[in-house]
Amino acid sequence: MRDFAYARPSSVADAANAFAGGGEAAFIAGGHTLLPAMKSRLRMPDTLVDLGSIPGLSDISRAGDTLTIGALATHATVAGDATVAAAIPGLASLAAGIGDPQVRNRGTLGGVIANNDPAADYPAAVLALDAVVTTSAGSHAADDYFQGMFTTALADGEIVTGVAFKVPQASAYAKFRHPASRYAVVGIFVAHFADGVRVAVTGAGPGVFRWAEAEAALSADFSVAAGAGLTLDPADLNTDIHASAEYRGHLAGVMLGRAVTAAR
Amino acid sequence: MQTRLTINSTSQTHDVAPATLLVELLRDDLGMTGTHIGCDTSQCGACNVLVDGVAMKSCTVLAIQADGKSITTIEGLASGDTLHPMQAAFREHHGLQCGFCTPGMVMAGLEIVRRRGHDLTTEDIAHDLEGNLCRCTGYVNIIKAIQAGAKAMEPSNA
Repeated sequence: MRDFAYARPSSVADAANAFAGGGEAAFIAGGHTLLPAMKSRLRMPDTLVDLGSIPGLSDISRAGDTLTIGALATHATVAGDATVAAAIPGLASLAAGIGDPQVRNRGTLGGVIANNDPAADYPAAVLALDAVVTTSAGSHAADDYFQGMFTTALADGEIVTGVAFKVPQASAYAKFRHPASRYAVVGIFVAHFADGVRVAVTGAGPGVFRWAEAEAALSADFSVAAGAGLTLDPADLNTDIHASAEYRGHLAGVMLGRAVTAAR
Repeated sequence: MQTRLTINSTSQTHDVAPATLLVELLRDDLGMTGTHIGCDTSQCGACNVLVDGVAMKSCTVLAIQADGKSITTIEGLASGDTLHPMQAAFREHHGLQCGFCTPGMVMAGLEIVRRRGHDLTTEDIAHDLEGNLCRCTGYVNIIKAIQAGAKAMEPSNA
C-alpha cells in the first residue's frame, strides 16, 4: 500500500474539512472495500479521513413508519438489532448474509452505499424500501441516489450519515450468492407497501435498478404465482466468468419467487 | 504516527506509518508471528484477531484504526503452559493438519462462542466458518474441535 496522510476527525464537519484540504482524499469507515483496493493500488489516496470516531453515526431508531440507521452501523449490528428485526426483518436477514462474520464486524451500511458496488446487497434494500440517504450536505431519495456502477448522487467530499428506510408491510431479500465472494450474482429485494410493491435488482446489471414488470405484477397480486415466469431482458445484464446475461435474467425470476415466498 | 493499544493485556504505544496494517504491526514490528497472513485479501481468516473481543481480519484493519482498542492474538490465549480450552480442543480433536489456518480458526471459534454461546450445532459452526479457509483437512475435525472447545469454555466446566 502506498503511504498516505491520516486524519481522524470527531465530527462530520471536521471530516468534510479534512477531506477538502487533503489533496486526493478518501473517506474510510470499515475499510473492507477501500483497503483491498488500496493494496492493489486501484486507489491511492493522499489522505485517508477515518470516519470511525465520529459519535452518533451508528445509531438505529424507529419513528412511526421510518427506520433510520446510521451510516457507521456495521452489518453485524444491523443483523442483530431488535428494532431492525421488528420493523424490517428482510433488512436484518440481508445484513446477516453479507460477506462472513468477520467482515460483518467491520463493514458498514454507509460504506456500502457510498461505494455502490453493482453486486452489493444493501443498494437493493435502499432502493426497494424507498429510502432517503442523508448526508453532510442534505439528502437524496434512493431513486435519484444510485446512478450506475460505483456512481452515486454524492458530490466530492459529501459524507453519507444515515439511511431512512420506509417500513413496509412485508419484505424479503433473496440472493444467489457467489460462493467465494458472497457478492450477489443476482439479488432481489421485494418490499410490499400499502400502496404497491417495489422490487430492486442487484448483481445482475451495471448497477442496482427497479424491475417495473415485477412491481406491476406483484402490486396487482402479491403472490408467487403473479411473478411466475418473469425474466429480465439479458440485453441489459452482465456477462462475466460467473454467469451469462441469459442466466442472470432467468435467475432474477427465480430469486423473485423466493423473495415473495420469504416476505414477512 | 502514534498508536496506543493494548495487546494481550499489555498496554503499549507504537509509532507506525498510517499504511501499516494491524497484522503487519503484530508480525513485522512486534515479532508476534502467530497471526498468519494467508491471502491478504480478506478471504481466508488466517489473520483473525479479537479487537475489543470481536473477531476481525487484521489484514484489513489499519494499525492506527486499532488506536485505543484492546487486541487479543493467538499468543494471548494460553495461561503459561496451560492452553486455552479452545486451543486444547483443537489438539485433542486434531483440528489441524499443516496448522497454517489454525490461529484464525481458533479465533473464529471464539467469535462463534461470543455470538452463539456454548452449545453449538455442527451446522451453526460450519455456517459461521464461511470466512475461514483450510486447505488441508476438510473442516470435519475443526468443527468437532470448536464444538468441544465451546463446551469446555462454559463456566461450569472451567
